[in-house]
Amino acid sequence: MSGRVHLGMPAFPEAAASATRNARLRGNLSHATGTIRAKRAQAVAELSDWDALRAAGAAVKDRTLRHLDHYLERLEEAVTAAGGTVHWAADAAEANRIVTDLVRATGETEVVKVKSMATQEIDLNAALERAGIRAYETDLAELIVQLGDDLPSHILVPAIHRNRGEIRDIFREEMGRWGRPAPKGLTDDPAELAEAARLHLREKFLRAKVGVSGANFMVAETGTLVVVESEGNGRMCLTLPETLISVVGIEKVVPTWQDLEIFLQLLPRSSTAERMNPYTSMWTGTTDSETADGPRVFHLVLLDNGRTDALADTVGRQALRCIRCSACLNVCPVYERAGGHAYGSAYPGPIGAILTPQLRGTASELDASLPYASSLCGACYEVCPVAIDIPQVLVHLRERVVEGGEVTVRGQRTTIRPARGHAAERAAMRAARWAFDHPRALLAGQRLASRTRRLHPRRLPGPGRAWTATRDLPTVPAESFRDWWRRTRNVRGEARGEGGGR
Amino acid sequence: MSGRDVVLARIRRALTDVPRSEAPDDVPVPRSYERAHVPDGETSDALVDLLAENLADYRALVHRTDADGLPTLLRRLLLEHGSETVLVPPGLPTWWLESADATRVHDRAASTPAELDAVDSVVTGCAVAIAETGTIVLDGGPDQGRRRITLIPDHHVCVVRVPDQVVASVPRALERLDPTRPLTWISGPSATSDIELDRVEGVHGPRTLEVVLLTE
Ligand code: SF4
Repeated sequence: MSGRVHLGMPAFPEAAASATRNARLRGNLSHATGTIRAKRAQAVAELSDWDALRAAGAAVKDRTLRHLDHYLERLEEAVTAAGGTVHWAADAAEANRIVTDLVRATGETEVVKVKSMATQEIDLNAALERAGIRAYETDLAELIVQLGDDLPSHILVPAIHRNRGEIRDIFREEMGRWGRPAPKGLTDDPAELAEAARLHLREKFLRAKVGVSGANFMVAETGTLVVVESEGNGRMCLTLPETLISVVGIEKVVPTWQDLEIFLQLLPRSSTAERMNPYTSMWTGTTDSETADGPRVFHLVLLDNGRTDALADTVGRQALRCIRCSACLNVCPVYERAGGHAYGSAYPGPIGAILTPQLRGTASELDASLPYASSLCGACYEVCPVAIDIPQVLVHLRERVVEGGEVTVRGQRTTIRPARGHAAERAAMRAARWAFDHPRALLAGQRLASRTRRLHPRRLPGPGRAWTATRDLPTVPAESFRDWWRRTRNVRGEARGEGGGR
Repeated sequence: MSGRDVVLARIRRALTDVPRSEAPDDVPVPRSYERAHVPDGETSDALVDLLAENLADYRALVHRTDADGLPTLLRRLLLEHGSETVLVPPGLPTWWLESADATRVHDRAASTPAELDAVDSVVTGCAVAIAETGTIVLDGGPDQGRRRITLIPDHHVCVVRVPDQVVASVPRALERLDPTRPLTWISGPSATSDIELDRVEGVHGPRTLEVVLLTE
């Protein structure tokens, strides 16, 4: 009932291999990402100043990150002055404890939730369940995942691995156990499925006393929180309950109200490929009780959980610019082949490959293999609205896995040993080989990269450097990745197939 | 140490590469993007047309009228939707609904969400409308009411005073808005892309959004 957690997941290559064998999963994924790629390109092309917006977005985030303590303190002051209460959580356990205690203090045993990556990351629902509190996911895709006792596989559309027929079956079988059953004769028409979700969740919204959310942005200057959504479940959770608890990563702060003008243009076009998403809610603390509009009690839980470790890495830090738009997933040939579950965390795709090993470290086989879950084609960097140089960070993390070195783990500087000869190294190599062994994935990516002028992979995949010629992967020094590929694998001509959308 | 102290100390240790003398504003932010994408000096008529076009593109139903026509238009929209009851924000000009047959329901502090759920429609004004994105923004002003009243009924009729309330772009809208007020930005009826990344209208928010462009 709590859904599953990512613990004990196999390393990337094993999970990817099993996903690749699942034809239906692959079909669902290529269909969905193919659709959105073309639409995104169109939505972005509408704005002649996209590159300037992107540069400004990256710069605002860099300014924030370089002075994160300053902005968080400003934010705390502003939220407190507006009637909210700010809590700080160093890790997942602390955040879960804070939220659980806050819910308990209300005397309620159920909460309604808006989709939030941060609460996925800390597995809040399971923590609440242990305390006897039921958390209802209200985002349609999260509902599908929760009812299907499944894991999310995409940032924006967590049930992207499910097609309409599967969703209908899940609704028919499971809705009744959670509340109002699916309407009789439910078909797989998306409009009917959305209607079924509307009816099922309505009673929960109308009686909810406690809402739990994340936030896309927090404005330090004013204490304003912003939630961007489509369905209206966010508005329900943010306005109807008496108590609102928002769990937000510390990197979500932006300095000023004006800065929103950048992100509210970058985010919708990059994520759902819309000029603007249907609903955006902004609130600042609470309103006083005579004219109360929305929750009378507001708690903000600021979450670290590894973010400061990423912050300490001057190359890896840029991953904290991420606004979770999911554009990098939708263009990634490796994601499309491997599926979201293979990445073993709340953050799949290219962003997951650079964020997860920084948040959790690279000690486990899974986390050590993630930086290798890429062909370094550079498509992710091209579409990223805050210009995160994902290939650069991937290469940097590969070096860390292979060569070890100084890192920060839970706030402590430590030196990690090279993975050479350890299980982590073998997992990493299998991931690299998986990416090498999937020519369609690889070539589709190369084809995208060949059309990009701004990104030239600075260095070829890590194995070339650190695993010398005595290992089973060849070194790839002077020649290009593609030339190397052609020469060693004897692939004919230009790539065909799903280059997609750009 | 409190969680706060731990997190702030970690941040400061993580940022040892940032020179002590560097102030936040020293980090350059190039703001060379446009304030608006429509050409400067674009007529207000053209802006209103663009708003109408973008609203319709995301499936809002768009109507145009002047003050004389507004009461009859609102009456017709409520009738056509089959609405017997209509929620009315505290400061909605009374003449707007002077011809309407639907029973007016007022949002009282004690109204429960379940009571509001029984109401068919809601009629409001707005704070600002954005032409480039087809967005209307509510700020809880007297002619808009609390956020919940535009959320629970299935039919929202929003009156935009044109051209005064229309701005070209997102940056221009933010300049006009007050962050201390609860804000709701609405672009079309509620929708989802959660099934195969294909947009479907109509989930939890009002499934029908009608926007009346009122020429003053
Ligand atoms: S890394 Fe960039 S493209 Fe990927 S989700 Fe984050 S902001 Fe979007």
